[in-house]
Amino acid sequence: MEVAAGGGCGTGPPLLLSDSEQQCYSELFARCAGAASGGPGPGPPEGTRVAPGTATAAAGPVADLFRASQLPPETLHQITELCGAKRVGYFGPTQFYVALKLIAAAQSGLPVRTESIKCELPLPRFGMSKSDGEIRFGNPAELHGKKVQIPYLPTEKNSHKRMDDEDKQQESQSPTMSPLASPPSSPPHYQRVSLSHGYSKLRSSTEQMHPAPYETRQPIGQPEGSSSEGPGAKPLRRQASLIRSFSVERELQDNNSNYPDEPWRITEEQREYYVNQFRSLQPDPSSFISGSVAKNFFTKSKLSIPELSYIWELSDADCDGALTLPEFCAAFHLIVARKNGYPLPEGLPPTLQPEYLQAAFPKSKWECAIFDSYSESMPANQQPCDLNRMEKTSAKDMADFPVPTQDVTTGDDKQALKSTVNEPLPKDVAEDTATSKDCYSLKARPRSRSYSSTSIEETMKRGEDPPTPPPRPQKTHSRASSLDLNKVFQPSVPAANSGLLHAPPALPPRPCPTQSEPVSEADLHPQLNRAPSQAAESSPAKKDAIHAQPPSKPIRRKFRSENQTTENQEPAAAVGGAASAAMVKPHPTVQKQSSKQKKAIQTAIRKNKEANAVLARLNSELQQQLKEVHQERIALENQLEQLRPVTVL
Amino acid sequence: MVHTSLDVVDEKISAMGKALVDQRELYLGLLYPTEDYKVYGYVTNSKVKFVMVVDSSNTALRDNEIRSMFRKLHNSYTDVMCNPFYNPGDRIQSRAFENMVTSMMIQVC
Repeated sequence: MEVAAGGGCGTGPPLLLSDSEQQCYSELFARCAGAASGGPGPGPPEGTRVAPGTATAAAGPVADLFRASQLPPETLHQITELCGAKRVGYFGPTQFYVALKLIAAAQSGLPVRTESIKCELPLPRFGMSKSDGEIRFGNPAELHGKKVQIPYLPTEKNSHKRMDDEDKQQESQSPTMSPLASPPSSPPHYQRVSLSHGYSKLRSSTEQMHPAPYETRQPIGQPEGSSSEGPGAKPLRRQASLIRSFSVERELQDNNSNYPDEPWRITEEQREYYVNQFRSLQPDPSSFISGSVAKNFFTKSKLSIPELSYIWELSDADCDGALTLPEFCAAFHLIVARKNGYPLPEGLPPTLQPEYLQAAFPKSKWECAIFDSYSESMPANQQPCDLNRMEKTSAKDMADFPVPTQDVTTGDDKQALKSTVNEPLPKDVAEDTATSKDCYSLKARPRSRSYSSTSIEETMKRGEDPPTPPPRPQKTHSRASSLDLNKVFQPSVPAANSGLLHAPPALPPRPCPTQSEPVSEADLHPQLNRAPSQAAESSPAKKDAIHAQPPSKPIRRKFRSENQTTENQEPAAAVGGAASAAMVKPHPTVQKQSSKQKKAIQTAIRKNKEANAVLARLNSELQQQLKEVHQERIALENQLEQLRPVTVL
Repeated sequence: MVHTSLDVVDEKISAMGKALVDQRELYLGLLYPTEDYKVYGYVTNSKVKFVMVVDSSNTALRDNEIRSMFRKLHNSYTDVMCNPFYNPGDRIQSRAFENMVTSMMIQVC
């Protein structure tokens, strides 16, 4: 189908559009025009002069679109001039299409001339835009991997199909694209940025920061490979490094697993959260939650009973009336999705299937532990300032993340791990998994407790639970460490935290401590910023000590003591201390411990105060209710008395 | 008519007495002169009664088929029951349950 523009709209050159281009352009046009007039004419452009208001694109959305194409303003200026909009005064379909074609030409590096549009060009690329349509454009090579990345909105599924058609057409039609395929990362940058915009809207911004450290490793390889990018891509790349890395990870995951249902994929953050919630209901992660317990828990989410019933039906795959951990996560995820406005699926999506989640879950256990150990390093190392450190942590976490997907393909966790991670880390990870998972559940528990923190007292109690060999200061440290970690976790992703808490708005009624925690712990945060750097460095040295928990606690404590003093001798001393009993410490560490104790005590005091505040509030509310009930009772008694004499008489 | 059949079911149950282990009952006897249909009854161990009304124009379903249908019904019902959000006595809104029922009915027709 070819469109001969020109008609009566001006003396523009005849415009030959391929099918895919036709579709894209008409869509874009519809979008721009629809935004303005509400009655666009997205079909084949009229040959005759188009009256403004019927099939024109308003200048506003068009300008936005052009700006989204990342071209310099002079180029855009040129384009608008060339396409004739300036002349006729509005963006008719022909002008719009010519402009789009010129944009494509400019993005491909061709000069903006009328001759440019005569050759076959890739579709113009637009990014940094929240509009959905722009996401679709790009190299088909990328799109094949990208098609599963289109964010949540179900309407996007239609665009998938169309895009796939476009891809195939594009591929068959334009062999000239091959040289243009050399900067393959540039469209991904654009796309991923826009994707992640949509993504981050729906998820929390944690995602960007959280996986960024362990994803930057991968994109680093990519930009190196595509050195031929235009200048325009570079600033974008820099600013979108975090976001892009996250989408890269998404692509990797999707390419591996080929699951085209993004909204139903549980991210690591979410999984941790769900696992923590599970643990709060049922300490043993390998057993299940009974129906009534789950019912109480999920009713807190304030979804209607039929919906909850339906969610249960979906997630309880074996219909046994109880939820195992993967089932629970699936149910939780469905609830979260529902609260965010997604319609419930007809059937359980493949990414929520228990088998799939089960394969991913053994990772999550030591992932928790790994996160606990390395979470300090992650937020501090968001910027690729220190690649080495980040690579270590990122590699490790990368191992965690692709593992779930690779499990689907390979089915062998440890193998996948070893194949992905080339550093000495896999040994540790394997060892970690090989050694007791209880250690991790224990280790993770203090953290999970305080992270999810159903109540402060519980947190403290759990902090006491882990191994007794460590002396008392250690227990406080474990509490503090858990606190610190959460602090590091939370303030670094404050938006995420609120987002996460927001997403299940009343899911488990979060007592205020969780929300006030970041605030109160913010002052301790700067300390921990130093902790991450030290922690990452000393982590390799400490790997062998990570096995048993008691040594690991002193290690973490040593981290913090190191951070406070930033002495490099500490690692050595710490390792020695860790290797020996926890009781034997060199002098400097004792001094640091006392200061650490103070900090721990302070944080404990703060927590207690928060708990007190909560309880006081609860108390007042209950008092109120009690008063009301009393009054009712009095009223009833009065009535009774009034009635009695009547009957007696 | 369903209510009358329920009454008959109750009658039968009380009559059975010690033979309550027997799960199934078949009523081929409820044939009204004008409306020729058959009503089958089925009682679970928890005294939940299933009543199935079949049009007699459909050449008589075999006993085994009826029994298998009831068994499937029973299984689906227990699955529905597993859902803690389901209050016994409510109208069953489970999609899986409905799918199963419709598939059964289609199968028969």
